[in-house]
Order: sequence, then C-alpha cells, then structure tokens
Amino acid sequence: MKKILILAMFVVVAVGLMSVAGAAEEKKALQLDGSTTVGPVGDAFAEAFIKEKGCSITVKKTGSGDGVAALIDGRCDIAMSSRYLKPEEYKRAVDANVFPVAHVIAMDGVCVIVHPSNPVKELTGAQVADIYMGKIKNWKELGGSDMPIVAISRDTSSGTYEVFHEKVLKKQNMDAAVEYVNANPQAHARVKSTAGAIAYVGLGFLDSNVKALKIDGIMPTRQTIAQGAYLVSRPLFLFTNGYPKLGSLTHAFCIFYLTEEGQSIVEAKGFVSLTSY
Amino acid sequence: MAENAAQTSVGQKKAAVGFSRSLLLTPSEDLVGFLSGHLGRAILFCITATSVAAVLLIFYFVIRESIPFFYTGTAASGIARVKEFFLDTGWYPSATVPRYGALALIVGSLYVTIGALVIAVPLGLLAGVYLSDIAPFSLRQICKPVIEILAAIPSVAYGFFAVMVLAPWLQTHLGFSTGTNAMNASLILAVMALPTIISVSEDAMSAIGREIREASYGLGATRAETMIKVVLPAAHSGILAAVLLGMMRAIGETMVVWMASGNASRIPSPWWDVSQSIRTMTATIAGDMGETPKNSEHYYALFTVGLTLLVFTFSLNLISEYLLSQIMRNKRGGK
Repeated sequence: MKKILILAMFVVVAVGLMSVAGAAEEKKALQLDGSTTVGPVGDAFAEAFIKEKGCSITVKKTGSGDGVAALIDGRCDIAMSSRYLKPEEYKRAVDANVFPVAHVIAMDGVCVIVHPSNPVKELTGAQVADIYMGKIKNWKELGGSDMPIVAISRDTSSGTYEVFHEKVLKKQNMDAAVEYVNANPQAHARVKSTAGAIAYVGLGFLDSNVKALKIDGIMPTRQTIAQGAYLVSRPLFLFTNGYPKLGSLTHAFCIFYLTEEGQSIVEAKGFVSLTSY
Repeated sequence: MAENAAQTSVGQKKAAVGFSRSLLLTPSEDLVGFLSGHLGRAILFCITATSVAAVLLIFYFVIRESIPFFYTGTAASGIARVKEFFLDTGWYPSATVPRYGALALIVGSLYVTIGALVIAVPLGLLAGVYLSDIAPFSLRQICKPVIEILAAIPSVAYGFFAVMVLAPWLQTHLGFSTGTNAMNASLILAVMALPTIISVSEDAMSAIGREIREASYGLGATRAETMIKVVLPAAHSGILAAVLLGMMRAIGETMVVWMASGNASRIPSPWWDVSQSIRTMTATIAGDMGETPKNSEHYYALFTVGLTLLVFTFSLNLISEYLLSQIMRNKRGGK
C-alpha cells in the first residue's frame, strides 16, 4: 500500500513538472533544420540560448538540401547549410515568396597531415587528389623516400569527408585502397604511428606528432582558413527568409556567433571562427 | 485465509482414510489465488513473447526497408540492382553516379571471419581438449571462468588495442605499410571467438561419457589415440557447433573490424595478402548509417547489406542449433 502511495506521488510530481515545462516552452519557439556539419554548432547555440532565454529551439539535422527545402516550405525558421544555395533552389525559393539571406557563422577547414619523419613538406591540391584517387602510390613520386603511401580518409558520412571530397577531389570517387577511420583522433593516431600515412583532420588536431603539409604553398592556420586562402576551407551558413527582424529571437540567433560564447562554441566544435583578434 | 488453513488441516487429518474433497480449491473458493495464478501466467507469457516478437519484428523491418532497393519499378532494373549488389566491387554510395556493389564487403566479412577461424579453431580445440581430458580438476576450475572473462571484455576495448598497440607493432615488426589490415582484424576476432570455441567444445568433449574412454583404454589405446580417434569423432557435432558459434561472433562483430580492418572497400589481390586493408558489411553499416538520410537509396542499400548479414548469421545459427541438439542426444547416451 505504501509503495503504491509513493508511486502515485511520483506520478503526480512528474506530471506537474512536465506541465510546468510545457507552459514555459510555449513562450517562444525556433525551428532549425539542415546540414549535419553545421548541426553540432546549431545544437550548442540552441543549448546556450535555451539556458539564457528560456525559449524552445528544435534542431533537426537532415542535410543541407533538406534544410533549404524546409525553409522554402516554411517548415523551419533557420536553415543550416554547409554550402551556398544552388541556383534552382534560389529560383524555387523566390517563386514561393521566400527570400533567403545568408549568414556565415564560421569557417570549416581541414588540414592534410603526414608523419613527422616524412621529408615531403608541400603538395599541390592536384597531387593530393591523385594520392586519394590511387594515381600516386609511392612517396618517391613526390620527392619523398621510397615508401608506399597509406591514404587515410574519414568515414563518408562525416562533414570533414564532405569538405575534403568537394574541395580536393572535386567530388570524384576515392580509390578502393583508401582506408577509412571514424574520428579525427583516430586519423591522428594512425598518422602518428604510420610512417607512410597521409590523412586529413580538423585544425584542432594539429600537434607535434603529425606534420601539416602546405597545399599550393599555403600553410593551414586559423588565418588562412578564415580568409579562405587554404584550399580545404569553406564557409558554414545559416539561411533565413529575409533579414530577420532586429531584436527578434531569429536575429539574436543569427548573430550569436559574434559573441564570445558563440565563438568559443565554434572553436570547440572544431571550426574556425570568423573574427581574427 | 485462516478459514482456508483450517479446512486444509481438516483435509489432511482425513487424508489417511481418503480425501473428502478435492485438494485444489475451486475458483469460487479461492478467487484471488485463481486470478493471480492466471494473471501471473499471462504476464510471464508476454515477457517471453517479447523477445520472440523482437526477432520477428527485426526480420520484418530489415526486409521491409531493403525491398525498395531492389524494387525500382521494372523487373529488369531490379535484376540489374541484384547483379550490381552481388557482383560489383565498387561501393560509392555518395558519388554523383552512386554505385552499390557489395561484393568487396561480403568478401571482406568472409575474409576476416575465415582468417579468425584459421587462428582460433586449432587453438580453441586444443585448449578444449586440455581442459576436458588432461588438466587437473582444480586447474580447470580456475581456467574456465578466466577464459570466459575474455568474452566479457567490451569490443571497443579490443578495437582500441588493435589501433593503438597491434597496428604499430605489425608495422614495425612485420614491415607492413599499414597496420590496420585483414591480419589485424583476424587476430583480434580470433581472440574474441576463442572463449566461445573453447567452452562449447570443452562441454561437447566432457559430454562424451567416461565409459567410452574406458572402453578405448581397455582395448589398449593410448591417451592420445583415445583423444584423436574416439573422443574427437564422437564429439564432432558439438565441435562443429563451437566453430559455428565462434564464426557468428566473428562475422557479426562491428566495432573491432571498423577500427582494426582499415575499411578499404576492395578484395585483396593477391588473395592471400593479409597485409591489405579490407572492409566488412558490419563496418559499412556502422560507418555509413549515422548520417544517411532516411528513405534514400543509400539507406535502403545499407538495409540490404544488413539483410545479407542477417541471412548469413541466421543460417549459421540454425545449423549450430541443430548440432547442439545432437550433443544433447549424446549426453543422454544416444548414438
């Protein structure tokens, strides 16, 4: 009998809590949809917002294309995208009386790394592409020692892979001999322990155990990536329908990357913030 | 309650001269007992049925989600898909012209599994023989639980070991250009399959009765002859089941192969070159599934890979169930 009573009290309290939370949620709401790459930043921004303002923000990660489609259909307030809109998407948006405005919130860049003992210091973008497409198989073809190249890629579902595949390989297929690892630390560990390895990781994973290569003569640094000078870099976007009304929740969200907290979130998620100070 | 107890004691007193009334209370006499008995039975049935239902539902969903991959409108395109899936080695799901050739993945799964068995079966059987026939009882009591602990180590720990320790070791000591390869994955899978193989084969050999061994000794056979010519043949079905169970462990393993095999989707050439990296079906599903948009072609293709894997393990399971039932018969003294 006692147990039942305790259980009943539990249920009552739980229901009470939920209804209180529900009431708070109804005040303000924001829907985000789009890129899985930008998603983690969106999630972290949303978390900071919810804590600060007590509003409700839903972040869905369905891919850049789906996010833009959701914006056009009015199913979300902000679309997250790892690329600019395609012309046909723009046309479709304008036809539906939606006028997309881009907000660049961060830069995404990955560095090409090799083992520190590797004498090669610099490659061209085309050479890196040839390595990953299996056309160059030995370091001696690139002025290094006689050693087979072990090309290591991130898994095809990662945003890191996506930017590398787009910027370096120009969306051509990788060779079947390329190895795949499922996280930046693992790519780093493999290069650290394999003399003939080449891989690419986020900027935050550079240290003395691996050597970053210059691509087309440019060293990957926060500056070169933020400026877009380094080959493997791209902006990350939020799209809204028109420029958001000043002071609105959407507006606050779209300029959140300018705050100190926003910038530290961007850096924490492995991206490069746009400010240089 | 007190009344019931009194009635029962009265019943017991009369027992010597025969029961005046049934020992079982009718539902009207004991409504609570009747209801709770039936209710308990129903609840237990539901609990048991859940796991059966889970298996059926898994089959249903995997098949349902993989049908759209083949059923693309016309029969000809469906057949082309089947051909591509089983005969093409190019797995490029996110290319502009996607290719879904799973041959390299199927071969990769079989490759590491067979590689693991080549290592684990001889070791496992020898250990099984030692434990069942040679080791003193006290040693066996210690060894068996320790071996079973091997099965309790999480697979990600094995994977971590494979990447951080075994891969660099293979590179420096065997001169492989890459340490995450078919050999690395096979070695780790072999260690993971060992506890299953040892304990099932040991059970099978212990199940062969003492009288069979004594008959063999009585005919003048040595211990080795008895082991090889009598016990092993008599326990063959159990040993096969041990091998199949070990095989299922290896083929279904995901985290370890995803970390240790290198995941290059190709068939090694020449075929015996274990220093090349390969990719398995399980690793492909685990690696690709995370970010694949739902209801896309890639998504259905992954379910088809899953279905292929499910058919593999399901048939292995059926065969080993059958073989295990044979051991039971041996235990009862059949054969």
